[in-house]
Amino acid sequence: MPQVTLTVNGKTSTVDVEGRTLLVELLREKLRLTGTHVGCDTSQCGACVVHVDGESVKACTILALQANGSQVTTIEGLAKPDGTLHPMQEAFREYHALQCGFCTPGMVMSAIDLVEKHPDGMSEKEIREGLEGNLCRCTGYHNIVKAIAAAQEVMHGRAQALAPAAE
Amino acid sequence: MYDFEYHKPGSLADAVKLLSADPDARPISGGQTLLPALKHRLNKPTSVVDLSGIAELKGIKREGDKLVIGALAKHFEVATSPEVKAAIPALAQMASTIGDTQVRNRGTIGGSVANNDPAADYPSAVLGLNATVVTDKRRIAADDFFQGMFTTALEPGELLVAIEFPIPEKAGYAKMRNPASRYVMAGAFVAKTGGAVRVAINGAGPGVFRQADMEKALTANWSPDAVAGVKQPADGLNGDIHGSAEYRAHLVTVMAKRAIDAAG
Ligand SMILES: Cc1cc2nc3c(=O)[nH]c(=O)nc-3n(C[C@H](O)[C@H](O)[C@H](O)COP(=O)(O)OP(=O)(O)OC[C@H]3O[C@@H](n4cnc5c(N)ncnc54)[C@H](O)[C@@H]3O)c2cc1C
Ligand code: FES
Ligand code: FES
Repeated sequence: MPQVTLTVNGKTSTVDVEGRTLLVELLREKLRLTGTHVGCDTSQCGACVVHVDGESVKACTILALQANGSQVTTIEGLAKPDGTLHPMQEAFREYHALQCGFCTPGMVMSAIDLVEKHPDGMSEKEIREGLEGNLCRCTGYHNIVKAIAAAQEVMHGRAQALAPAAE
Repeated sequence: MYDFEYHKPGSLADAVKLLSADPDARPISGGQTLLPALKHRLNKPTSVVDLSGIAELKGIKREGDKLVIGALAKHFEVATSPEVKAAIPALAQMASTIGDTQVRNRGTIGGSVANNDPAADYPSAVLGLNATVVTDKRRIAADDFFQGMFTTALEPGELLVAIEFPIPEKAGYAKMRNPASRYVMAGAFVAKTGGAVRVAINGAGPGVFRQADMEKALTANWSPDAVAGVKQPADGLNGDIHGSAEYRAHLVTVMAKRAIDAAG
């Protein structure tokens, strides 16, 4: 049986897989990291987004073997060991950017990659376009966009702390 | 998905060897088309050959009056490459609109062109810019490469290595996206290269095609007005729940006008 060795959230594991095993199956079923969700399994919804070598990818549309040797970050790997949330997680909480929360792990992982790819900051329009691969059935996206706009200021060091959401 | 064996060769020669040894082996690049197809059990390869470790398929470089893009160049790389933006901004702009962020982080130009989905973007740039498709065996002119829906001149096991784009004086692309799937309903790539005008239409028909009447009109007068009066016949175009053939025919003229506007 083929084996995959990869570093997930800083921890290196070697796992037996089949040729057809998807990265999301490895994460959820073998490593029990169930924060990464499967919404569609058809590459449409973005609930499964994780980072592979720093890039956001749909974990349902990459074979585990294609990720061999890479660094993977999932939603579980964002907060500090003492529980301090990543600025993007903090912003999602502060701006009420989730309702049921199903899409949230993928949204957060996509949002972080987007912010990192736009060091000069994104307009509201660019944030909306950047989220094209992530579907949310609850929020209507409005507060997600606001959360990302606020988080980018913290992530780029332009603000010390997250701007509080309006009452 | 049915199970298969997985190979990751380190050189083009090894990849070709694996593929020629087994007619049911399939190459995989970004997997953004192949993996969804395998989940639908549309085909059943005995093995997949991962091309991502092959240095010969990588890189984007300017070579004289040509831009050479390796098959493994991801949509994100093409969209943000300084070489592409300087030489053919319309191509970078096109790449920035393919799928979504995550698809652009994995999908490749080689996979898209080899797949030749009628609703894909890149085929119209390859045809409109009169590019040359370089494979492990030969060089194929764009006019000979695309052969209708999901069909190309590539032989089984033949690998797309790079695409050579002549650098145009002017080029522009416009598309109308399906509001749900975001794939192209009709798109037009217009280019003037060495004085010659080409107009390639994607999305509207069963495969990408050249619009000769528009090419003639634009050769005489390069302006959106010149194509405004050119009607695309609806005969042979796609008609489905998303839009009739007549609707797509109408869109072809509108997209061609916008593409010329974008080209300047
Ligand atoms: C949600 C979603 C939205 C999308 N939206 C768009 C869109 O708007 N516009 C668009 O154009 N595309 C779109 N795509 C498709 C995307 O652009 C794919 O990346 C592209 O079609 C295939 O590239 P790939 O590298 O992923 O190829 P793969 O999936 O790896 O391969 C595709 C096919 O080409 C073959 N192949 C791969 N590489 C080579 C090679 N070097 N030589 C010979 N054969 C090869 C494979 O065997 C397979 O048959 C979308 C995909 C998804 C999942
Ligand atoms: S589960 Fe991967 S995109 Fe929906
Ligand atoms: S919060 Fe429910 S799907 Fe987005």
